[in-house]
Amino acid sequence: MKDEVDTREDRVANLKGMGCSRKRVEDARFTQGKGNYVDDIKLDGMLFGDFVRSPYAHARITSIDIEEALKVPGVLAVLTAADLEPLGLHWMPTLAGDKQMVLADGKVLFQGQEVAFVVAEDRYAAADGIEAVVVEYEELPVIVDPFESLKSDVVLREDTVGEDSAPIDGAHGPRKHHNHIFTWEAGDKAPTEEVIANAEVVAEETMYYHRTHPCPLETCGCVASMDKVNGKLTLWGTFQAPHAIRTVVSLISGIEEHNIRVISPDIGGGFGNKVGAYPGYVCSVVASIVTGKPVKWIEDRMDNLMTTAFARDYWMSGKISATPEGKITALRCQVTADHGGFDACADPTKFPAGFMNICTGSYDIPTAYLEVDGVYTNKAPGGVSYRCSFRVTEAVYFIERMIEVLAIELGMDAAELRRINFIKKEQFPYKAALGWEYDSGDYHTAWDKALKAVDYDALRAEQVQRVEDFKAGKTRKLMGIGLSFFTEIVGAGPVKNCDILGLGMFDSCEIRIHPTGSAIARLGTISQGQGHATTFAQILASEIGLPADSITVEEGDTDTAPYGLGTYGSRSTPVAGAATAMAGRKIRAKAQMIAAYLLEVHDDDVEFDVDRFVVKGAPEKFKTMKEIAFAAYNQAIPGIEPGLEAVSYYDPPNMTYPFGAYVCVMDIDVDTGVPDIRRFYALDDCGTRINPMIIEGQVHGGLTEALAVALGQEIAYDNMGNVKTGTLMDFFLPTAWEVPNYETDFTVTPSPHHPIGAKGVGESPHVGGVPCFSNAVQDAFRAFGLRHTNMPHDHWRIWKTANELGLHG
Amino acid sequence: MIPAGFEYHRPRDLEGVLALLDEHGDDARVMAGGHSLIPMMKLRMADVPHLIDLQAVDGLAGIEIGADEIRLGAMVTQTEIIGHAGLAEAAPILREAALQIADPQVRNMGTVGGNIANGDPGNDMPGLMQCLDARFTLVGSGGVREVAAREFYEAAYMTAREDEEVLTAVTIPRPAGGHAYEKQKRKIGDYATAAAAVQIAKEGRACASAAIAMTNLSDTPVFSEGAGAALVGTAVDAAALAAASEAMLGDIDPTEDNRGPVAFKRHVAGVILRRAIERAWSRA
Repeated sequence: MKDEVDTREDRVANLKGMGCSRKRVEDARFTQGKGNYVDDIKLDGMLFGDFVRSPYAHARITSIDIEEALKVPGVLAVLTAADLEPLGLHWMPTLAGDKQMVLADGKVLFQGQEVAFVVAEDRYAAADGIEAVVVEYEELPVIVDPFESLKSDVVLREDTVGEDSAPIDGAHGPRKHHNHIFTWEAGDKAPTEEVIANAEVVAEETMYYHRTHPCPLETCGCVASMDKVNGKLTLWGTFQAPHAIRTVVSLISGIEEHNIRVISPDIGGGFGNKVGAYPGYVCSVVASIVTGKPVKWIEDRMDNLMTTAFARDYWMSGKISATPEGKITALRCQVTADHGGFDACADPTKFPAGFMNICTGSYDIPTAYLEVDGVYTNKAPGGVSYRCSFRVTEAVYFIERMIEVLAIELGMDAAELRRINFIKKEQFPYKAALGWEYDSGDYHTAWDKALKAVDYDALRAEQVQRVEDFKAGKTRKLMGIGLSFFTEIVGAGPVKNCDILGLGMFDSCEIRIHPTGSAIARLGTISQGQGHATTFAQILASEIGLPADSITVEEGDTDTAPYGLGTYGSRSTPVAGAATAMAGRKIRAKAQMIAAYLLEVHDDDVEFDVDRFVVKGAPEKFKTMKEIAFAAYNQAIPGIEPGLEAVSYYDPPNMTYPFGAYVCVMDIDVDTGVPDIRRFYALDDCGTRINPMIIEGQVHGGLTEALAVALGQEIAYDNMGNVKTGTLMDFFLPTAWEVPNYETDFTVTPSPHHPIGAKGVGESPHVGGVPCFSNAVQDAFRAFGLRHTNMPHDHWRIWKTANELGLHG
Repeated sequence: MIPAGFEYHRPRDLEGVLALLDEHGDDARVMAGGHSLIPMMKLRMADVPHLIDLQAVDGLAGIEIGADEIRLGAMVTQTEIIGHAGLAEAAPILREAALQIADPQVRNMGTVGGNIANGDPGNDMPGLMQCLDARFTLVGSGGVREVAAREFYEAAYMTAREDEEVLTAVTIPRPAGGHAYEKQKRKIGDYATAAAAVQIAKEGRACASAAIAMTNLSDTPVFSEGAGAALVGTAVDAAALAAASEAMLGDIDPTEDNRGPVAFKRHVAGVILRRAIERAWSRA
């Protein structure tokens, strides 16, 4: 037997378990163009649906004439709100407790809103049909500014006012105004204000975190197929949460859940864009029911950018107080959140502003208060978490800017200010002023490692010299050193406080070991590029002692996978990864009994060793997991059922709190506004590391999306509510050319409550990266008096900053 | 992003192209690489009932380097320009500019003729051809004529080319002296925030001639005669640079877009031009 000559090291390596940079098993198909995305699905007789969209941001619809469209060859039907109303489907619930028009019900609230759904034999005919639908609009006053919205007499949503025109309560409590959605508070208002009022040092700043968009390479889409013979609906789609979609479809359509099968095939990136439910899904299902044929709907790029799920759009005002020595005493944050025409945020129900209350960051701030007001405007709905966990990017950007502003106020080095305010290692688990309990951290170690790696003091000395040279006319380039230290809150989450529309945010894993010692594991999550099929097999390999290469991981088919809440908010590893480990441990517990029987010893006399159970003290006596698997199915063992399967539904006791320390060095051409990123160092602590190569890939991707957001990516509107950045010409999606080299590094501080100590990493680099890039730009101008300037830092805005500081002579 | 229906024509020779143009008039458009026209059709901003693909037409390809002149066939791609050693020696500014157009995939399809004839003020080749004082060959059923690049552009997408004519070739006098094509853009694939084409010749220590054209700073490319004239006879010192820049700023008329407001564009245009002149002068 080969096993007998293999060393223990060989056996460990053979498993390709946790800690191994195992190559991604997904890549064989992706690199050969053999992925299977929603738009690759082609069914017999499949029809194609597409939308007539509103050119106006706010208008009443006076008529919709579909006569000419129905004459277009290949066009079979045109659905309007009038067709959906008898089914009760002209509006649908949003994940945020609001409701959203599926098709325009008498008026439109944003440019690009869905007005009618043209169903045709192919997408060409559908496009011609769209051209032939005649919609008459009566323009209404457009509001694109949330502050103006809160003062305006214009009622954007008629369902927000009662018969006396007074605002009626929304999903999260009373409205202050008819265009107001909710107020959400955390922390203690009066004590915070008192500390700030009496503080010796207070820094104040207002910042706008601009509206942007997750922009996955694959846009949103679905194929709905209603089988009228057996009454079953199959829905393929770009769903980050297929099980939740099944439940929501059942609730709003009345089709029993067992008759609905939702399948998420390969997904080309999600980043939050594919969490919510969109009118395209509802219309495709209805169209399939009406026509009896499968119906496909796929967004084009403009549809995607203009209509499905934007991110951010937070106006944040902060006050931070400190002692003259720099010890922070209190933090206050007031947010005005622009949600667009419908509140379609994807947040846990009890958190209408997501986890914005992580905004005390990595610092030991004794007193804090947060207030968020959600507002309707004439912009697209959304407010999803673009590569972050429920508004954590906004929170981290806010605190990391406030720290910089406070450093300016104190005349202190921003790295030192962070250091003296970090939560100390011995304070964990740490109860933050705004309510969260941080599980573990060692911030000082990470910070010192990062600053040493970049030789921080030398960088500052170089920067001082650069400023002198600039003032002496020797150079026209300034140097910025961007710092950020972030703490994320991921892995939603404990069912006791996290649910979406009442669905608890646990997750699941089901494992079947096959008789010959291979296995299949199914999870309630769904990979969109994260490499779950690779990493979850590694967790299992380490837990059950079978090689990762012998374990298939399957997700995304609600008929086969156990129920789970899906993949977003870096929750897959913290929640489903934990379920995987726990299910693996159930397998191992049964395997132990089988091994003991086969070895003719008591259960307690065998112990697990890499890929086998050995008799304690007699390592030559063992049974491999492969042998145990065969015996489980083929040997009658008294008192033990045949088979080797397990399922675990994991409700995490707490969130996990990954953290990291980033440094960016940037040179800025003052005359053109062009930034050049000289260096980017990223230290991530995501607890136990499952696959270092995949972690590095996730960090690279997240940093690149951070660079995009910080340096130019935005969804901009003009005063008429027209989207100015509806194509990739103007919406900044970086290419390899714009992306700098990234240096990655790590520390490991395991989560104490997670079965394998892992915390999640996919979103950390985005959360920490955005303030790091932004701080680098702003730091370059600190010597010339800049306190704060808003993102995105594209060329002209950087130029404008230089210009306003008088640097153009 | 689905175009309206259209007839696709793929003639084998120029006569076939001209016959189709005569037959369909306004309803027909010729297409070279398609990188401008196809997106416009998909956005349904261009209505083209008859699309005439030039890919199979004989006689529109080829780069010829003569003793005095260079001839580029209209269907020469940006990639071919970049890879042509003789051209890189004879007129290196073409290669320098082509490398700053879009990305390799686009450059594999994008042609000189299409870039020039479309009349998009964002395109790089029109300004470059004005700088080089190129002539465009236009062929119609009525005959052949040449139009100077400096006379060709009337307004955005409006040129001296008649609807029934095809731009078949570009003739460029062999440039002398130093060159530079300087372009600021937001990212790969973007049109210029501002771009400057400079060709400059030196005699002794003074500038003997200078040609300057700017891209995407007006509704047409801008050949700034005054900017060039400001350099001639000088040692291209700070005063001359300032004078050239001022003359250029008098000729451009940028508009605000997502790249930035007018003041920013004018400032960047001045910076870009100065850098282009300095680089060209260092090579002269």
